[in-house]
Amino acid sequence: MALQSGEKLPMFIGHIWSKQKSRWTLLGLRLLAFLAAAAATLVMVLNKQTKTFVVATIGTTPVNLTLTAKFHHTPAFVFFAIANGLVSIHNLVMIMMDLLGSKLNYKGFQFPMIASLDMLNLALVSGGANAAAFMAELGKNGNSHARWDKICDKFGPYCDRGAGALIASFLALALMLLISFLSILNHKLVNSSSHNSHNNIIALPN
Amino acid sequence: MAETKRIFTFLLRFIAFCTTLSAVIIMISSRQRATVLVFSFEAKYSDTPAFKYFVIVNAIVSIYGFLVLFLPSKSLLWRLVVALDAVFTILLTSSISAALAIAYVGEKGNPIAGWLPICDQVTKYCNQVKGALIVGFISVVLYMLLFLYSLHTVLNPLLLEKS
Repeated sequence: MALQSGEKLPMFIGHIWSKQKSRWTLLGLRLLAFLAAAAATLVMVLNKQTKTFVVATIGTTPVNLTLTAKFHHTPAFVFFAIANGLVSIHNLVMIMMDLLGSKLNYKGFQFPMIASLDMLNLALVSGGANAAAFMAELGKNGNSHARWDKICDKFGPYCDRGAGALIASFLALALMLLISFLSILNHKLVNSSSHNSHNNIIALPN
Repeated sequence: MAETKRIFTFLLRFIAFCTTLSAVIIMISSRQRATVLVFSFEAKYSDTPAFKYFVIVNAIVSIYGFLVLFLPSKSLLWRLVVALDAVFTILLTSSISAALAIAYVGEKGNPIAGWLPICDQVTKYCNQVKGALIVGFISVVLYMLLFLYSLHTVLNPLLLEKS
């Protein structure tokens, strides 16, 4: 009898403890992803550089040309900013729901919606980050076949800030990947005793 | 009901495999030689890293799609298929968005950076790239559907049975 209760009790405590710990881990990861995506959006939206070039010299007067590099000249960067904005809003809503939404009760419907939304936002942020990455590569290296010159040697700080935004976005992408799979795993492990979900584990997509 | 679902998913996977394969073939076969002023240059898909990435990702996904078609329906590898579906759908969306970004610059140019559009000089190449991108977009949509379907089936088989 004593051996039996000694066996059962640590397992029970381990179950509760791991649920709390994984909940706070997930919340911390979501906060990091929200910060990373918000940082990427802000840095890209506020990215601007003005530079004056001397194009020609007529007599002794130089002819100046002032060019401003802004993010909205490039549709890929606009998409990047919108995608990261949406992802940060999604993470914010998920954090709020986790902290404050335990009163609202749509138990059966809640988890698939969270998982699907996580995956959709993952696809969105991956699309945005990748498009901006290839545009940045084009700006950095140019394209000799299409006669497109590189612009990063002229607009150095603009390129550097854009690179910072890209790094933040890829960090948000890695975190979202981790969060999606962790939340599904977490849900499976936590609910494995209460829902007879050994059926769930064997059930296959076909 | 389960039979029709199985046939439907098989058909969907087959069409998705066909679209990724045709995106690869159309993009690879796009080339055009043009003469501008004195020099002639040839526009190929491999000039741009974004199009190379598009071809590589679509080739990998079509190999994966081909292998999944032959998976027997009761095998335990379907759990792996769900995870791989997720990874490959995300890779596909990233490749199509990168290719679209570069194709937009090729078509409209970028006046601030001094990049002229090249589409009016190599029209046939441009149209073929557009065709490959449209087919690639259809494949992204199909893979999204497949992925959401397998996610839904794995996550909530109880809900599926009740409804």
